[in-house]
This record gives sequence, structure tokens and C-alpha cells, in this order.
Amino acid sequence: MTEQRNLLRGETGDWEVVIGLEVHAQVTSNTKLFSGSSAAYGAGPNENVSLVDAAMPGMLPVINQFCVEQAIKTGLGLNAKIHLWSRFDRKNYFYPDLPQGYQISQYKDPIVGEGEIEVELDAERTIKVGIERLHLEQDAGKSIHDLAPKESYVDLNRSGVALMEIVSKPEMRSAEEASAYFGKLRTIVRYLGTCDGNMDQGSMRADVNVSVCRAGNYAKFVETGDFSHLGTRTETKNVNSIRFVRQVVDYEARRQIQVLEAGGTIDQETRLFDVKTGETRTMRSKEDAHDYRYFPDPDLLPLEFSQEFVDRIAASLPELPDAKKHRFVEEYGLSSYDAAVLVADKDKATYFEGVASGRDGKLASSWVTTELFGMLNKEGLEITESPISAEQLGGLIDLISDETISGKIAKQVFELMLDEDKGKAPKDIVEARGLKQVTDTGALEAAADKIIAANPEQVAKVKDKPKALGWFVGQVMKETGGKANPQAVNAILKKKLGVE
Amino acid sequence: MSLDESTVKKVANLARIAIADEEVPHLMNELNGILGWIEQLQEVDIEGVEAMTSSVEVALPMRDDVLADGPTGGGQPQAVTKNAPKSDDHFFVVPKVVE
Amino acid sequence: MADLTTKTIAQLRDGMRAKEFSAAEVFDQYFTRAENSRALNAFVRFNVELAWDQVKASDERIAKGEARPLEGIPMGIKDLFCTEGLETNAASRILYGFRPPYESTVSQNLLDDGAVFMGKLNLDEFAMGSSNETSAHGPAINPWRREGEETKLTPGGSSGGSAAAVAARLCAGATATDTGGSIRQPAALTATVGLKPTYGRCSRWGIVAFASSLDQAGPIAKDVRDSAILLNSMAGYDPKDSTSIDRPVPDYEQAIAGGVKGMKIGIPKEYRLDGMSQEISDLWTKSAKLLEEQGAEIVEVSLPLTKYALPVYYIVAPAEASSNLARYDGVKYGVRVEDDNIHEMYKKTRGEGFGAEVKRRLMIGTYVLSAGYYDAYYLRAQRVRKKIAMEMAAAFEQVDLLLTPSSPSAAFGLGEKSADPIEMYLNDVFTVTANLAGVPGISIPGGLDAQGLPLGLQLIAPAFGEETMIRGAAALEEAIGFNAQPTEWWR
Repeated sequence: MTEQRNLLRGETGDWEVVIGLEVHAQVTSNTKLFSGSSAAYGAGPNENVSLVDAAMPGMLPVINQFCVEQAIKTGLGLNAKIHLWSRFDRKNYFYPDLPQGYQISQYKDPIVGEGEIEVELDAERTIKVGIERLHLEQDAGKSIHDLAPKESYVDLNRSGVALMEIVSKPEMRSAEEASAYFGKLRTIVRYLGTCDGNMDQGSMRADVNVSVCRAGNYAKFVETGDFSHLGTRTETKNVNSIRFVRQVVDYEARRQIQVLEAGGTIDQETRLFDVKTGETRTMRSKEDAHDYRYFPDPDLLPLEFSQEFVDRIAASLPELPDAKKHRFVEEYGLSSYDAAVLVADKDKATYFEGVASGRDGKLASSWVTTELFGMLNKEGLEITESPISAEQLGGLIDLISDETISGKIAKQVFELMLDEDKGKAPKDIVEARGLKQVTDTGALEAAADKIIAANPEQVAKVKDKPKALGWFVGQVMKETGGKANPQAVNAILKKKLGVE
Repeated sequence: MSLDESTVKKVANLARIAIADEEVPHLMNELNGILGWIEQLQEVDIEGVEAMTSSVEVALPMRDDVLADGPTGGGQPQAVTKNAPKSDDHFFVVPKVVE
Repeated sequence: MADLTTKTIAQLRDGMRAKEFSAAEVFDQYFTRAENSRALNAFVRFNVELAWDQVKASDERIAKGEARPLEGIPMGIKDLFCTEGLETNAASRILYGFRPPYESTVSQNLLDDGAVFMGKLNLDEFAMGSSNETSAHGPAINPWRREGEETKLTPGGSSGGSAAAVAARLCAGATATDTGGSIRQPAALTATVGLKPTYGRCSRWGIVAFASSLDQAGPIAKDVRDSAILLNSMAGYDPKDSTSIDRPVPDYEQAIAGGVKGMKIGIPKEYRLDGMSQEISDLWTKSAKLLEEQGAEIVEVSLPLTKYALPVYYIVAPAEASSNLARYDGVKYGVRVEDDNIHEMYKKTRGEGFGAEVKRRLMIGTYVLSAGYYDAYYLRAQRVRKKIAMEMAAAFEQVDLLLTPSSPSAAFGLGEKSADPIEMYLNDVFTVTANLAGVPGISIPGGLDAQGLPLGLQLIAPAFGEETMIRGAAALEEAIGFNAQPTEWWR
């Protein structure tokens, strides 16, 4: 359990990196967490701002029940404990994009407690990552710095939009694990419909906490729970892509090891990621150390709901990625990793099920992941824009399974469905184009006899080298215009050539 | 617990209140007077007593997720910015924020 | 024509409906009087044009027999209540020029019931003070003076403008707010009736916040009946305020009748402070006796934690205020003092925009919430607060009401107590417990001291015990029969 994963080699010995993520996921809702103005993206300046969001004197917050339900839903999706009693606190600091002078957040008593999710790294490796907590809080507004030389322009449209902050345990041990975890979270919230996961619009972003310690010290931390075994961590703010998470961890780990090996120390600080250089840099000077003076928001009462309220939400949950993954393994005989790849995107999983349902799961998986995804990738299309429907692809697989066509012909039909025969049922295409597999033994035997008779030297060869049988199969296939059933050809040739 | 001058300055900075250096000693004495008087709370036995943050003992009321009209809704950038000391094109304008 | 400003709201209401006089005549008399009483500095802003439109509408409604409960009643509004389109600055320089694009729920309730707003009333800056001396407009002046003296006295605070205006008959009634005693103490110092309802009874929406867990709106009026009439309109559930209580509003005016027969009224012995003046002590004893004569049972109760209420208050209220007032940063409204650096801009704006007392409290509040001090100050205070509330709840298992003095002294001279913050804070010693516990309290005139200054008596009730409290207050009011008026030196 505490094996030393992913050691990093330094000048003076081996290091381990330890990563925790604080992910901000914007709650999908019509209105803000504490006011009735729109939470939509992309309106004109201060268009989606209520007088509550603008912190006018005497304005008061009233919580949005749907946002509470979304947080509970997400908590359930993270296999986490839902707290029936939680509370909102004020986090106090001055900033122009924070109109109240405080952010309403949950500090000591979050709505969701500990949980755990599975994160797939590749075909062999699946790790578990612990969730520390999830809490609800307000987003801040936005300062725009390039509209005037000496001034910043403040737009409060984001101010008060509901965010879920999902805090992991410091259990990730490499850039790969951290980015895979971030991706998995995105998959989960998108399945649940609690966050749209649009990273380029800032709907999901991560604060990446990275520290390094000497090899073996993480195991000590796990044993004792004593954080002093870990190194000092830095927090890189607002990292908004899976790839950037990977870059931040790589950069920070390397930077920290260099500093430490040169005899320096790591400051506990907030850093920014520069997309252009792939580097992080310090964000705030130390003398402006923050003291957020958290205290319970006296404008709000404790957030309380019943277990029945939670149960009702639980009953309405869609099938979650992990459950779907396990079901795909069981029902369709897929490998855990293939299943994970398919469920990573809800629409892909739905497509796959449309193809695989009632058919050979492995065959369906191979056609979906290899042919279809390959084609979509090449064309730059989303699964929802696929020119070939799940029904069509399923029909194609049926034709393979009942040996109406060979795999090779199937690929031809697949191409036709993209182009000349767009939208047509594969069965009709095969019919119209005469692509049906030749299973008539007489015709195949005649073709085989013809090839054997014409190639005595090959016949002689095959006696010593049974592998040369393939050459005969190829010739017969050619002779029949690719429509012969390869298995049948194989059997006939073996008999005729006396190969075992 | 009593405040020294540097703490007074730190607290003023945290509260974003400019105070002149010559005000500090006087302010420090006043604040220490008040804090000294408050100190009597240390006498009270609060073992096992929960903190009281509100005299209202009901659960937080919740509202439906529907767009509101009026002050608690959006779509009024003019009303939002009209009292601002400085605004432009419905933006609030502040001295440049550098990170 | 008779002097309509001597009439109570009940009398004005009944007289207008009986067509004895019109809303226009009522307004004209009050407004003329208010204009001629600028020396009291009670009104900081008049609302003449809008008010006249309201008055005309009121007379039309009365003519049609469609009068609402407060039709045509001229009121003053404490300048802590946001009034749509009418400047609201909480007596702070930092909010100068702020015209709210919204109306507070309580003032809207009054408008909906037909009340006419004459203008905005003076107060301590952001309601932080007990003498009105922290107002950026200078203090409101108490219409009462010591016999044979010309010393200007405080009307109390923070609702000093409201109390002075009602006492001097500049308006028929006024809104006020009470965080630690800001309705009841000024009422006591001006021989008016001030009612602080149960926390959650009146919406806080649209009232400039001081300390959210303690602030509560209520009326200042000429007598108990008027305070009940005003409360009828002000109270009610507001879904925009999460701490507002969804509970029907009874007819508080009806509650006046009935008397105190069979009521148990508690005298908390710890309220008898060392050094309490003999006059106040005697007044207290005498009023208990009056209630007893009316058939109430007087019981001594013990509230030993009373002395900790003020220190608790001076942690909790500044802590909440330090956060509530963070929004005054020169960005969205009010006044900005420019600087190229944003944080320097904040500091200058707040340094110059806030007055000394507000700054003091913001510093205290910031300090008690800061890292390392939260547990020792804020958390401890909230735990002591819980004990105080429990102690009070236990007392109300024995008695229906508590009877106490409203303030430890009569009105004092401006400047007399402003040198020592703590001496000033002690003004709220009898009132603050009700705020911490969230229960209602009312101050009524008890009599005059040897210098001819009013003294107030307070009744405290359990949460949502307003009806019992009003019944007790009306009975005591009648028994005392206070009818003194200040000499009109200021006109």
C-alpha cells in the first residue's frame, strides 16, 4: 500500500512527489448560489449581477436549493459521506472582484465529507484516490487589466456563481496520477450533470498542491498521519486543463528538488502557471500574508436536511462511471482499462452500449474504439456528431457475427457508410453491392483446386512449412474478390493440402 | 493579551484602514482598554457549551433555482454601477490590480 | 386648527377617517414643525416632493373609503433603512451620495400600508454609538433639557434622530433599529416608546447591516399603542432574509387590552448595579409596585451572567461589523479617496470615510477574528452568549416578563462620555442581553428625574412574546400616567 511509486532521481538521492488537488467545479444551475441572477456564461459587463451579488448595503443571501442538491449528488458520485448538518462561513479579504469583502464558503463544516474514487492510469494500473471533502462556495468576479493603461475593469457576472470545491487527500504521487484524477473528476461531474466540465470557460479548474520528500518519507506519513514527514507544499492556482496539471506537477517537482538540493528551502506559497512557458511563478509576496478571519456567516443559518432528502437524490442518480465500468467488464467481457476508456465520456459510453447491447461485446468494443474513434479523431468530430449511428455500426457487427461478411469487407462497408452510402443500413449496402461472403463450399473448393493446381512449388513448400498456408488463403480470397469466408477457406485448404 | 504598536498597525492593515503613525499610540491604548475590559469573559465556565451564532433555531430556508426579477435578479447593469465612484461601460473601474 | 402634532398615530388615523382633518393638513403641520426644528438635527434629509405625492394619494384613498392601516401617517425613517432613490448614507461619509435602487422590506411594508415618509433621520454612524455623537452629520439633540440649564443633551443612540424627532413631535412615528439597545436607550432618554421585536420578526433586508445576528428593526412612537400599530406593519416574514421567521403576525394593537392580572413579572436582581442612582432604583421599585397593584405577581429572579453580556456584545458585534463593513471599499458606491495602488486606495478611502468609533470597532472586530485570537475571543464570546441565552430562557420558565430600567442614567451632555469608549458602552448594560438572546424588549417613559429628565423602564419578553410584552407595557403606561412634554426651546 505504501510502496514507493514514481521515484524521482536527484543529484543527492531519490525523491518522492506528493500531490493534492483542490478542484473548483462550477455547479450547473440557472441562478447563483445566493441570488436569483443568471449563472450563465458570456453576458455583457455586470449584466448577470443582482444587487445581492454587487453587495449593495442591506442585501442578504438566500441559498439556492438546486445547488445544494447538486453538491449532494456530486458527493454521492464521489462515494462520500453527506453531512446532514453543515454551515457557511465568511472568508474575509479585500479584492476588487470580491464585492462583499468576503467570500461565503464552508470552512469547518462542509456539506460533504470523506470519499474515494477509482482512477485508471492505463491497462494495468488503477489507483484509488481519497476525497477529503467537498464544499459549496461563491465564485468571485473578474478583473480585466487590458482595457485601460492604469486601471482595471471589474465585471461581477461570475460573482456569486456556485462552486463546488472538491479537495483530494494528498495521495497522488506523479503528474500522471494527478492529471488522471482530474480527468476522472471531470467524467464524474459530467455524468452527474452537476458541472459541465468546460475547462476553457473556467467551469473546472484545479489548485495543484505539490511537495517533494525524500524517498520513504511518504510511507512514514501514511503510517503516522504526521505531515511533517512531507515537504513544504506550494499551491499553483487556477490550472484549467488536464495537460496543464501534468505540466505543473512536473515543473514544480523538478524545481523544488533543485532548490532543496542546492540547500534552499521551499516557501509555502501561492504560485501561478504560465501557459506559454510551462513554468510556475510566485504570486503573492509574503508580507501580505493572508489572515482570512473565517467565522460563521450570521446572515445564514446552518444548512440542514434529512436523510430522506439525500435518499431521494440518491435514487435519481444516473449510473456512475465506475459502476458502468464494472458492468461493461462483466456484461461485455471488456478489460477494465478498455471499459474505463469507454466510460470516460458519457456519450461514448452510451454509443458503445447502443452498439454492444445484445452483441459480442469485445467485437463491439474493438469496432467502436479502433475504427469509429479513429475515424472521429481524424475528422475532428465529437461522438455526438458521428456520421455512423450506433444502430448502423451494430448492424455491421451483426453481419460479421453471422458470417454474412468478413471483417475485411466490413471495413469496406464502414467506409461506404461514411461516404457514398451515408445513412444506409449495412445490410442494404451489402445486398446492393453484392458483398455477401461466399460460403458455398463447392465454389470455394473449385477456387482452391485452381490455385493448388497452378502453384505446385508452393504446394511442395507448405508440407514443410505449414505457415505458408496463409499464402493459399490469400490467393483464394483474391480469387473470390474478398468475399470468401476466411475460416471456411482455411478449413478446405488444410484438408486438401494435408496440413494439420 | 494586549496589543503592541506593530500589532495595531497589522490589524489596521488587515482591516484596510489607513492610520497615521502618530495616531497609533492613542489607538493602541484605547483598544487595549477595551480588550482588557473584555478579558473578564475568561472567568466564565464554558465547558460543554456550544457557540451560539444565531438566536434563530430553524434550518436554513432554501429558494428555487429560478431567475428573479427586481433587486435580487440580474439584467440591471445600470442600477448595479450607477452609484460607483468610477465606472465605464457598465464596468466598475479601479486602480490597476497587479498580481 | 388644533395642533395635530400632539395627536398619536391612532388619533390621526381615526381623525382622518372621520374627515376631521386631511392627510395634507397633518403632513403640513408636521413638516412645518420639522422644518422649524432643524436645531435638533434630527432629520438629515427631507423627502418633500415624494411625500406630497404620497399625501395627495392618501387623501384620495381616504375619500374613497380605501384607507390602509397607516394611511397618511407622517413618519421619519432612520437613515439606516435603504429608501429607493432617496440618499441613504448611515450617517457615514463613506456612503455619501448613495441612492439605493431598492426599498428596504420594512420601509416598503410601511409604504404599502399608506405611511408617508417625511425624510431620513440622524443616527450614530452605521448605528455604532449610544449618543449620536458618531454621526457624520453631527449629533441629533435631545429636546429635553435639564431644568434651568442650556446644556445640549444627547437623545441617546444609535436611533437618536428617531427618538428626538418623535419626542419633539416632528413626525408621528419613526423606524429605528436595535443591535445592543439602539431603540430602547434613546426612547428612554427622550420619554418615547421604543420597541425592539424578537430577532427575525422584522426583515433585515435593505437595512444597512451593523451586526447581522443582533440587528433588529422596530418602531419609536409616542405611546405603546402607536408602537403596536407600527409593528403591525413592520413585522412579517420575508423570504429575502434567511433569518426572518415564517410566523403569522398577530394584531399587536389588540394585544394592548387585558392588563397584567395574573401575570408573573420578574425583577432580575443582578440588574441592581453598584452605583445605580437612587432615582432609577426608586422608579424601578415604584413601577413594580404599580404592576403588583394591577394584579401582577412580582418575582425576584436571578440572572448572574448579566454582567458578561456587554463584553460578549463588544466581541460579537464588532466581529460581525468588521466583515459587514468590508464592502465599503470605494469601488461600488459611496466615496473613494484615490490612489494608484488598489490597497492604498482601500486604506485611504476607509481611513477617511469612517469615523473614529467605527474604525475602533472594525479594528477590535478584525483582531478578535484573526488567527490565534479567534478561539480566545470570538468563540468564547459566542459560548458565553449561549449561556446567557439559556439563563434568560430559564428565567422565562418562571415569569412572563422581566421588568428593568432601560438605561443606567438619564440623558447626558454631549461630549460628557465621549472620551472613554467603555463608559459610553455601559449605556447598553440593561438592553444588550435581549439582543444576545434574540428576545423582544420595550422601553416606556417611567418618569422624570430631579433635573426634569426622562427615565425609561424596560419590559423584556421571551421570543415572540410581543403580545404579552405590549399588554404589560400598556398597563404600566396607564398606571404611570406620564404626560410631561419638553419645553420647546429649539423653535
